Amino acid sequence: MWDYTKSVMDHFSNPRNVGKIENADGVGEVGSLACGDALKLYLKINKETGKIEDARFQTFGCASAIASASALTELIKGMPLEEAEKITNDDIARFLGGLPEQKMHCSVMGREALEAALANYRGVKVEEHADAQVICKCFWVDEHKLREVITENKLKTVEEVTHYTKAGGGCGGCVPDIKRILADINGPEAKPEPEEKPRMTNLQRIKLITETIAVKIAPMLRQDGGDIELVDIDGYDVYVKLRGACAGCPGAKATLQNIVRETLRREVDSEINIIEATK
Amino acid sequence: MTEPRQVYLDNNATCRVSPAVVEAMLPFFGELYGNPSSMHSFGGRVAEHVTRAREQVAALLNASPEEIVFTSCGTESDNHAIRGTLEANPEKKHIVTTKVEHPAVLNVFRFLAKRKGYHVTELGVNKQGDLNLDELRAELTPDTALLSVMAANNETGTLFPIDEIGAIAREKGVVFHTDAVQAAGKIPLDLKKLPVDLLSISGHKLHTPKGIGALYIRKGTRISPFMIGGHQEHGRRAGTENVPYIIGFGKACEEAMNGIFEENNQVRKLRDKLESGLMSQIKHTYINGNPRWRLPNTTNIGFEFIEGEAILLHLSAAGIAASSGSACTSGSLEPSHVLMAMEVPFTYAHGSVRFSLSRYTTEEEIDYTLAAVPPIIQRLRDMSPFYDPNK
Repeated sequence: MWDYTKSVMDHFSNPRNVGKIENADGVGEVGSLACGDALKLYLKINKETGKIEDARFQTFGCASAIASASALTELIKGMPLEEAEKITNDDIARFLGGLPEQKMHCSVMGREALEAALANYRGVKVEEHADAQVICKCFWVDEHKLREVITENKLKTVEEVTHYTKAGGGCGGCVPDIKRILADINGPEAKPEPEEKPRMTNLQRIKLITETIAVKIAPMLRQDGGDIELVDIDGYDVYVKLRGACAGCPGAKATLQNIVRETLRREVDSEINIIEATK
Repeated sequence: MTEPRQVYLDNNATCRVSPAVVEAMLPFFGELYGNPSSMHSFGGRVAEHVTRAREQVAALLNASPEEIVFTSCGTESDNHAIRGTLEANPEKKHIVTTKVEHPAVLNVFRFLAKRKGYHVTELGVNKQGDLNLDELRAELTPDTALLSVMAANNETGTLFPIDEIGAIAREKGVVFHTDAVQAAGKIPLDLKKLPVDLLSISGHKLHTPKGIGALYIRKGTRISPFMIGGHQEHGRRAGTENVPYIIGFGKACEEAMNGIFEENNQVRKLRDKLESGLMSQIKHTYINGNPRWRLPNTTNIGFEFIEGEAILLHLSAAGIAASSGSACTSGSLEPSHVLMAMEVPFTYAHGSVRFSLSRYTTEEEIDYTLAAVPPIIQRLRDMSPFYDPNK
């Protein structure tokens, strides 16, 4: 069993401020059924005083998700907007006397819902980071969010990043990307740039693709119960059959294709295309 | 307000130790301390009891006593069966199992794939958790060293047809292991008839204390020893015997055999009462697994729109012990690999709860549970953004 604080158990057993606010001034919704937790936050804001008059929530999630949402609403009720904007996930965790490391993502979800509700109140969308690349495709976490949470919470390892954001906790395909972002934020340990590869002949390329799939990609996929079969190679187009791994990930297939594509692009040629063979 | 009562419905995790088992074990913590291998009467007397226990275990499985090797737990039995078979058949590099095995099998296979270069096939299941036997047959090749398919699933209770699966393995010349940790004592297992080469069982699922298991090895099966040392267990598992636990295991198997029909019918009646009671009282609720072909003591129920850990903690506050395949209870981020392999929809995969009964479960406890669960589910649903009370 988890080692929850008395405060977490109290807010779980007797959550404060559960429910909706009709005609709320700001509503923020994060998470999904597939991800295993979700939070919808409703705010009533007094425009004269600029304070949050009331906050209510609905949540789908574990004990710490419920407790985090309850704590968040208690924290922000009566708070001026500019102060509420500064609430961090750590504030929520501290309000509860701490959360188990693996559950920190519940506090992050609380902060995200608040951010979304405040943006909704202002009539803007949460800052779109259109350029931010989605890193974790299992839990749909983009690079912007990763950088924000890593910096704010001074995270050092991939494991910590997973505990705070869930990223990397599904198929694990994005772990190298998380490492790259961590290295980028936390300084040195800079990775050597991939060296320029000389142009290959068709024969060399076919041989290298075949080898890379057999030696690097197939064992990696089999480890998780998946498999790959090379069907044909036509120029830079590689036809493969992929078999399911990681059934829990929404978009597992896309992730799988990505792993194969990225590995081949890195090892063979940046112009490689992966095409699922239908027959 | 909370009643000071405890209802234990997590018997697939472990179960109450039988008083008769404890009683049988006690002398072996006292005057019967001899080493069964010794050439004197202290050892000799103990050896007789170990022999008797081996017969009792064999009787539950309708096997010969010399086909039973005592181990420390079900996981050791699984490891022994799998790794011992591969060591004895080093020329073959393909092994087959299912996606829904217990980690004691699945993680061994994945280790072998990752570290030992084995080609592993993990067979999928359909939405009810059943295997496709044609697919299974097609996967067995002359290079296949071992097929390992569980007899009953620990999470859903779904039974696999190990008689048919064993027949296919035999026809293809593949060694067949089954993890029967959950099945033993709950359904009859007759190894004189079942085409099974290796079968794992565990004591603490049969009301012994934790720390004892057994591996059935059919006569003539090629398998390397798992522990090397002395000649105990005919050299197949060295190490001085865990005598008190072996004696307790023997007694537990005897009790299981005596109760296999009557007790399990009683358990089944209570399970069905619990299940139909919950299903009829609570909307948006689904049974995970194959309801027609299942262990008598297990039900796995998916409650839509809510999350398992929250359900378990509220149940626990009401004195009810159950378990969940929810991600949050395990510390992983994805729901149980069994439910995922069955493609259980996300709307209730995270909110699935396993109730598992035993011979000690009473009707009163089931009635109490039937009264306690619905308000808990309703309470959590009332705070869920996905729940619409009008539907």
